[in-house]
Amino acid sequence: MKIRTLGRHARESFKSIWRNGWMTFASVSAVTVTLILVGVFFVIMMNLNKVAQTIEEDVQIRVHIDVAANDEDQQKLKAEIEKLPEVQSVKFSSKEQELEELIKSMGEDGQAFKLFEQDNPLNDVFIVKTKNPQDTMEAAKDIGKLEYVTKAVYGKGTVEKLFNFIKASRNVGIVLIAGLFFTAIFLISNTIKITIIARRREIKIMRLVGATNNFIRWPFFLEGLWLGILGSILPIILLAIAYYHAYDYLAPKLMGNFIQILPYNPFMYQVSGILLLMGGLIGVWGSVMSVRKFLKV
Amino acid sequence: MIEMQDVFKKYPNGVTAINGIDVRINQGEFVYVVGPSGAGKSTFIKMMYREEVPTSGTITMNGVNVAKIKNKKVPIFRRNLGVVFQDFKLLPMKTVYENVAFALEVIEAQPKFIKKRVMEVLDLVNLKHKARMLPTELSGGEQQRVSIARSIVNSPKVVIADEPTGNLDPETSWEIMNIFEEINNRGTTIVMATHNREIVNTIKHRVIAIEAGKIARDEQRGDYGYEN
Repeated sequence: MKIRTLGRHARESFKSIWRNGWMTFASVSAVTVTLILVGVFFVIMMNLNKVAQTIEEDVQIRVHIDVAANDEDQQKLKAEIEKLPEVQSVKFSSKEQELEELIKSMGEDGQAFKLFEQDNPLNDVFIVKTKNPQDTMEAAKDIGKLEYVTKAVYGKGTVEKLFNFIKASRNVGIVLIAGLFFTAIFLISNTIKITIIARRREIKIMRLVGATNNFIRWPFFLEGLWLGILGSILPIILLAIAYYHAYDYLAPKLMGNFIQILPYNPFMYQVSGILLLMGGLIGVWGSVMSVRKFLKV
Repeated sequence: MIEMQDVFKKYPNGVTAINGIDVRINQGEFVYVVGPSGAGKSTFIKMMYREEVPTSGTITMNGVNVAKIKNKKVPIFRRNLGVVFQDFKLLPMKTVYENVAFALEVIEAQPKFIKKRVMEVLDLVNLKHKARMLPTELSGGEQQRVSIARSIVNSPKVVIADEPTGNLDPETSWEIMNIFEEINNRGTTIVMATHNREIVNTIKHRVIAIEAGKIARDEQRGDYGYEN
């Protein structure tokens, strides 16, 4: 195809958007409404995911070392733990450090434990992190079997419940997003289809006058692309503004609980890109599929 | 030149529209195709621009076997002939100018040439001053003139017209006929299906009468021959 012809198709597609007035409005609105839904849902899901991830990353195994172990035994034990395939890092924390932290964490009441500084009843501890938070339970079990380990603690019930909850909510989220995505495709392509059905006579005439299928398809293809892009502008603006304010309001409050949500930059730019791409793709897909039906004259 | 040899057309519903036709139309001829409704006129015309494909037999247009053209190549074949319809078949969202220019745009003609050529043919059908109007803003006769302008803008050797005056009042019909005469005088073959007795009997040309899917009559400077 000549560049000149491509230019002609682009001009045609713009004219057609303008001349089809209400039909254009209908298609663009369909894209707008569904993309707002998809966008809001996507933003919520991504943030829940982020929160879950932060919580997951905080999960660690505390390995209590038998008091009978000397320095050499401890080094051996550390090496053995590090050898386990699930383990990412092993950090040593002496019983003095442990006591200090315990006292600190209990605030005023903690002062009472100062007495134990003379005769510390706590164990030295290895703090173990796994590569994948889901492996925590497995790793704790393995570590528990090693020599000189009195116990390997990871907040059993709580962590398991948390993981199950996160897993369930992720699955529900994926199903909802997928469902919403297909509804969006269906709704948008149907609206576009209706606008094109209204123009099937036009397509037939074009063929009668000697236009090849490609020649007919191109302006429709571009028109679908513009419709999708036009339809994604409003959702992008709305989401960007809403997220800006939501982040300002929520981020400081959640920070107190060590929960982070995704920062505006680059998250919002990524979301905008995704919405723009989705709008464009759905627009093109809807119009190409609809035109195809009428090109078999 | 158009040539049909032993052409049959049977529709899937069992109706035989064309029942063995042999005919030859030479370059530059003006031919009326007449006959009662349902006699096969429309099928006869539609096979020429490959809207319909014969069940058997060959149709040759300018050396091309029309029946053998693949679906995909049909638009390209149609660029070499002009077609005028009873219902005009104009693109409703395009202006008069754009409707005519479309037939040149599909062959990717130079923009300068398109402009010049479109204005030429709009002048021929006397619609230069309405170039920027939409088809809906025109009268029936004017719309048909646009359709004719579009059919000849490619300078085709053959123009096929399917009842071009069917929707028009008598006075407008004469205007349209004058334009066809003018086009024919420039050497273009014209094949026109019509029900217009007065026109056929006044502007004398070859008449092919089709009845029950067969050629009942083929006369140079013939008459319409039916009561309307």
